[in-house]
Amino acid sequence: MEIQDKSKLNLEDMKSGGFIKERKKDLFTVRLRVPGGRLSFEKMEKMAEVAKKYGRYGYVHVSVRQSIEIVGVHFDDIDAVIKELDSVGQKIASCGARVRVPTACGGCEYNPNGIMDAQKMVLEVDEKFFGRECHHKFKIGFAGCPIDCPKSSEMDLGFMGMVDPEWSEEECTGCTLCSKACIEGAIVSDSDGKPIYDPEKCIYCGDCINRCPTDAWGEKRKGWFVRVGGKHGRHPRSADDIIKFLPNEKVCDFIDKTVTWYNNNASGRERIGTCFDRVGLDKYKKEVVEDFKE
Amino acid sequence: MDNTGENKADATLDLSGVKCPINFVKTKLKLEEMETGQLLEVVVDDGEPIRSVPKSLKDEGHKILKVDDLGGRFKLLIRKGA
Repeated sequence: MEIQDKSKLNLEDMKSGGFIKERKKDLFTVRLRVPGGRLSFEKMEKMAEVAKKYGRYGYVHVSVRQSIEIVGVHFDDIDAVIKELDSVGQKIASCGARVRVPTACGGCEYNPNGIMDAQKMVLEVDEKFFGRECHHKFKIGFAGCPIDCPKSSEMDLGFMGMVDPEWSEEECTGCTLCSKACIEGAIVSDSDGKPIYDPEKCIYCGDCINRCPTDAWGEKRKGWFVRVGGKHGRHPRSADDIIKFLPNEKVCDFIDKTVTWYNNNASGRERIGTCFDRVGLDKYKKEVVEDFKE
Repeated sequence: MDNTGENKADATLDLSGVKCPINFVKTKLKLEEMETGQLLEVVVDDGEPIRSVPKSLKDEGHKILKVDDLGGRFKLLIRKGA
């Protein structure tokens, strides 16, 4: 039976709702909204149930941006898929020219390297910015530490947790473990084993702090290293380093101002990095970043 | 500041040539046999072991009191945490 609504079917509208047309007639991929890749058992079970019922290929696809995609869903079943997933609060993601579901690493709750709470931030950002219309796609990612598994330099807007170390001579026993810990060469030990710190070489990973047996190395401040203008795809571009130590409470304001600037300055289907290359990064720095510098 | 000069180890473990994370696992198992406050001396290699073992020990609440450079290897004096 032909669906009457199909005549009204607008592919762009479908994409904004996270339904992607497949090769075969009437079949769609349903992209699910999984901010930061954290998925409760309950939602996982429901996804599996819905996928078994409506997916035609016997598998789902785990997307590069941490979502689950139920593939091979017939157009007629889309309403049912939405309704059944919604019973556990599982929402559909988006595609097209808008702010996408943000990605993140596991964060700092169980990962010993984590410095900033990427998972907490990703939920807040998803809540506030998901789906906002832009000139082109706009990808945001959060890495808890400078190991940067979520690849901040490939994001339109990438955040990476960092910690500024501070040394107290009083506590130091001269054990030299910090200079061993620092693979960046930012800490070398003097003849008494005391550290000589070179901030120019420091990448703010906190390895010195979390290995120091006496807490002589501590945290001066924590925050997000911010990169803007990265992308992969047909014409990859590495993001520009924009700000060090942006605090949690300024993240949403920074995203808001950046996306607004992007929408006011980009031309046609242009990513923000391409826009920088055309109008000059300095324009963005002057109009947005200045207000966020310490 | 700990007065570690006269501390005598209650047990020793030579982990020369033992890779991560087995060196830490062996250290952990040894510490489990010991009482809180007792001292364990372990020898680990330079490179990854001297970077990783101290961090894991700290995460689990033990304290490194002393580090001796043996040239290519390090002797760690560890006080078992609670």
